[in-house]
Amino acid sequence: MSGPSTYEPKTGFERWLDKRLPIFRLVHDSFVDYPTPRNLNYFWTFGAILTMCLVAQIVTGIVLAMHYVPSVDHAFDSIQRMKRDVPFGWLIQNVHAVGASMFFLAVYIHMFRGLYYGSYKAPREVLWILGVVIYLLMIATAFLGYVLPWGQMSFWAATVITNFFTAIPVVGEPVQQWLMGGFAIENATLNRFYSLHYLLPFVIFGVVVLHVWALHVAGQNNPDGIDIKDKSDTVPFSPHATVKDLFGTAVFLLMFAAFVFFLPDSLGHPDNYIPADPLKTPPHIVPEWYLLPFYAILRAIDFAVGPISAKLGGLFLMVGAIAVLFVLPWLDTSKVRSMRYRPVARWFFVLFVAVCLALGWCGAQQPDLIVAQLGGVQIKVTQLAQLLTAYYFAFFLIVLPILGLRETPNRVPDTIAKAIGEKKKTPVAAAPDREA
Amino acid sequence: MADSASTADTAHGGADSPEANRRDFIYIATGAVAAVGAAALAWPFIDQMNPAADTLALASTEYDLSQVPEGQQVVIFWRGKPVFIRHRGAAEIAAAKKDDGAALRDPQTDAQRVVQANGQPGKEAYLIVEASCTHFGCIPTFGGGPYGGWLCACHGSVYDTAARIRSGPAPENLKVPPYVYTTDAVVKIG
Repeated sequence: MSGPSTYEPKTGFERWLDKRLPIFRLVHDSFVDYPTPRNLNYFWTFGAILTMCLVAQIVTGIVLAMHYVPSVDHAFDSIQRMKRDVPFGWLIQNVHAVGASMFFLAVYIHMFRGLYYGSYKAPREVLWILGVVIYLLMIATAFLGYVLPWGQMSFWAATVITNFFTAIPVVGEPVQQWLMGGFAIENATLNRFYSLHYLLPFVIFGVVVLHVWALHVAGQNNPDGIDIKDKSDTVPFSPHATVKDLFGTAVFLLMFAAFVFFLPDSLGHPDNYIPADPLKTPPHIVPEWYLLPFYAILRAIDFAVGPISAKLGGLFLMVGAIAVLFVLPWLDTSKVRSMRYRPVARWFFVLFVAVCLALGWCGAQQPDLIVAQLGGVQIKVTQLAQLLTAYYFAFFLIVLPILGLRETPNRVPDTIAKAIGEKKKTPVAAAPDREA
Repeated sequence: MADSASTADTAHGGADSPEANRRDFIYIATGAVAAVGAAALAWPFIDQMNPAADTLALASTEYDLSQVPEGQQVVIFWRGKPVFIRHRGAAEIAAAKKDDGAALRDPQTDAQRVVQANGQPGKEAYLIVEASCTHFGCIPTFGGGPYGGWLCACHGSVYDTAARIRSGPAPENLKVPPYVYTTDAVVKIG
């Protein structure tokens, strides 16, 4: 995509190094002179924001590991010591805990961005799939990390999640014991979770490298979903995208800091300030907010279908809710990438976002809560979640495949330059010569 | 076989067939040893995750049932998990027996719920079950639900006075751990 390298070594040292390890050339071609679509909006800054989140989690995590004691007798106390006694421990622990939520907030915006603008379509299928892999690794890492403070929610989240495996016939229970290293969540479990929680961020980092590589091969998508035709469609990555990314990251960090300093516990659960007690289940177990929609899908299935129990069925759909993302590039049959030019699909998309948020709400409620009274029929959270789950899957498995064949899209401009020209009657002041 | 050997010759670019055959042999032999070696090396790394010897050594516990008054239950630890020992009253036992013929999700009679690990009948007054909901492992609370047994607050599974699943998402009855009575009053679990 970036074409022949435009890098010219300026100093003697750069010339010497370029012949031996052309690392400056790689950076120049990837992040300085890289041609960037000139119509990118602020949703395209989330790649940079997510990179910042990953680095922040790794740096604060390494520091936390210096003070954390992975033992059932000391884990809870060592986190409290970090928060109370270690110089600036309160800050670093808050950044790490709040950072997990910020990471997921950013990744959800990034994913919905990709969904709306069709960033998963050819030739970006592999790019999208790598993104889903990163998201799965993030979920695993977040779950493992949530267990480490060894509070009540840590312990019971670990119990519930490892019990998922018992839904698998025959091998379920041996697999569960293999994961826990015992017959219940205990010291062996905590230690291996700590080891893997330290490992996975570096695996994520490796997949991010592949993700960025795939991005630079296929080129960035853009809000109009139009392929880059020539140079008039692009601007160099630096300074245009660099400055925009930095500005977007700075604004995101302001919100991040607001949570860290003023609302550090607002995204967590108060029960996790009670040390883990294997004899007492908290009355209301919920996952962190970023996993609530999947929890709602899991709980929505309260009926057996033939030989598939409610437990296995719920688990199957919960896994399926993420698995369906892997095949999304082949489910959407529309030739038009951006929903900007898909007048019907965009309303299905808006409904899809609303459904995801509503599923999140359902996941946080007691399943028996009555949400509506229609005549003499009570609609409980479980029934609402069933309805929402049905739409979640219908969007991917029915709407996108059929709508792509039926919908009449709006006229898509030939080039990015024309797309900008159509919206702004006057040429862009900074680059009038570039207007077609 | 002869065909594939000649193909391999071409692939290795060697017109000299004896040399190419020797290379093929080394290639296959090394590959075979590497595959066996990788599997042999992988197993210790997989198996180390299983419960260790000291964990397995704690796998049985004894309890004196005379400490539990009728109508009460105790929670004891077995293999790191809580176990209910419930001293049932006559009404609870009668209620459980009455439902032996009901449409149960995991059909078991009340008598089958108190059988010892050696197949001998146990004591129907003492119901010994693992305190882990068979849905996702939360601890059910006694006294909840319409069957006079347990209710799991996590996802709403209801168990009766024989700890059989009656409604909610759990697929099975609360598990009966393997136990035998060593004396009239002492039970050994595990």
